[in-house]
Amino acid sequence: MAAASSTQRANRGAFSGRTAFILAAIGSAVGLGNIWRFPYIAYSNGGGAFILPYVVALLTAGIPLLFLDYAIGHRYRASAPLSFRRLHRLTEPIGWWQVMICVIIGIYYAVILAWAAQYFIFSFTKAWGDDPGAFFIGEFTQSIEAAQATVGLDFVPAVLIPLIIVWVATVGVLALGVQRGIARTSLIFMPLLVVMFVALVAIGLTLPGAAQGLDALFTPDWSALTNSSVWVAAYGQIFFSLSVAFGIMLTYSSYLKKDADLTGSGLVVGFANSSFEILAGIGVFAALGFMAQAAGVPVDEVAGSGIGLAFIAFPTIINQAPLGTVIGVLFFGSLVFAAFTSMISIIEVIISAVQDKLGLGRITSVLVVGIPMALASLLLFPTTTGLNLLDVMDAFVNNFGIVAAALVAAVTLTAGFAALPTLRNHLNRSSSFKVGRVWQLLVGGIAPVILGYILIGQFQEVLLNGYGGMPQGFVNAFGWGMAGGLVVIALIMTLIPWSARSNAAKVDSDGDLIPSPILDRLVDAGRIEAAKQDPVVDDATLPLEPPRPAARHAAHTTTEEF
Amino acid sequence: MSTEAIIMMVAAIVIVWGGLAYSVAFLLRNPEGSVVLLDDHGRPIEPFST
Repeated sequence: MAAASSTQRANRGAFSGRTAFILAAIGSAVGLGNIWRFPYIAYSNGGGAFILPYVVALLTAGIPLLFLDYAIGHRYRASAPLSFRRLHRLTEPIGWWQVMICVIIGIYYAVILAWAAQYFIFSFTKAWGDDPGAFFIGEFTQSIEAAQATVGLDFVPAVLIPLIIVWVATVGVLALGVQRGIARTSLIFMPLLVVMFVALVAIGLTLPGAAQGLDALFTPDWSALTNSSVWVAAYGQIFFSLSVAFGIMLTYSSYLKKDADLTGSGLVVGFANSSFEILAGIGVFAALGFMAQAAGVPVDEVAGSGIGLAFIAFPTIINQAPLGTVIGVLFFGSLVFAAFTSMISIIEVIISAVQDKLGLGRITSVLVVGIPMALASLLLFPTTTGLNLLDVMDAFVNNFGIVAAALVAAVTLTAGFAALPTLRNHLNRSSSFKVGRVWQLLVGGIAPVILGYILIGQFQEVLLNGYGGMPQGFVNAFGWGMAGGLVVIALIMTLIPWSARSNAAKVDSDGDLIPSPILDRLVDAGRIEAAKQDPVVDDATLPLEPPRPAARHAAHTTTEEF
Repeated sequence: MSTEAIIMMVAAIVIVWGGLAYSVAFLLRNPEGSVVLLDDHGRPIEPFST
């Protein structure tokens, strides 16, 4: 890649090497969903038989989409909006859409992290008492019923104070930068998380009834494999769990050295994330087996997921189990570590975009992003109405934000701009594990079909049944309105010009020119001339030949393994 | 635990953790900087300018 002589360099962070990147990426992928979502999804979708669709989904959608994120971020050396803009100007809104999704997730994810941190402290004294369900809803969050969901300002100090601490810690780590902040945090937290969770599983397996729980989780129901909803659940789990398609992996890969092994690192991240899910499944169901035996009921009466599993079922287990305090400390400590490394990755997507757009320094960008987000989070969620708000925003930003943005990105990059051959070449240019046309087929063919199926299914479900028994006006405003608003804001952000101060006008932080957009000689003739005039674009990467059907986007031949 | 459940638990562990072990071994066989870099048209580019 050619180096520029006079153009200003972008001021961006970087990982010191691939180990730092891999740990940060695993830290982002391993989050709450691994611990509280996967075990129940596996249990309720065929048990042991679920492993088959799960592995198929990992190999045919999760890892290929992970590679796609890596290719875009690593090739265009920027945040999501600037990377998509550099790929083609018309794709810039996708990048802003991903950033806006991260804004929404960031402001509520912090609250769950605050709850986990508070429950970590509660574990020492079992402060939730004999009825953890009543404590969580009535005393701790003081939540009003879903049927009366609204937005209010009745603050709950027990949530407000840890939430302030969470935001201070998040902003503090991010202010330290990519290597000193994100990478070092992951370097410490990830091994600790694994050690703590392995210890939790070891204790869980010694509990009376653990075998009953594992039996429930792993006994296969082979007939489930003929049910399409089981396969959709497997793809959904892989998709949500891997942190793909909402800017995180794209942003992290933009901080990698140019000779980094993208696909080799991606395989490690993908399998490490799934390995932790299997570990979580064993730990959670061993504990649920104990809970079922203690209550004298079958496992299906105690099995659950999400907030109920973490903040109601586990405290119940901790109350009854031998070494309950140790289990509590390990479980909620694991939740805190897993959630914190994911939290910083979510906020980094926004910081990176602001840094690129405004050409600001690191600390200024962190404050410009962190302070307003912290205020929004502190205003909306540590209140008696926060739980319902969190519930509806989480469901809609996932199902109608991330899934829709991923679908649009996959279709646009495939059908709209024929970008996959170039991105495939980019993956292969420095990677040990070569990808071929199968990867293009999976990203451009299989993934959009699955994502479309999930999206339509969710639309039907919510349109027919409403959401969570909440008032329709509340769902319309904070569900549909929020999801639609993200698209509108993304379009508005795209219309705001990039100034000469922004990183769009600068070459890479190492002085190299940026690869040209993916342009078609017929459709983008004017843009090719503009790219030639752009001092930050590497001319050598512009299209070489007039289009011929067979050679228009010809990719070089490499060892194709995927 | 039933035999079927034990077999499926072992299978899940072997497949997923085995995949992790294999991918780590694969990565370690290719140390940083050991892969020949290619340009957009598949031609080797050496030395790489950084």
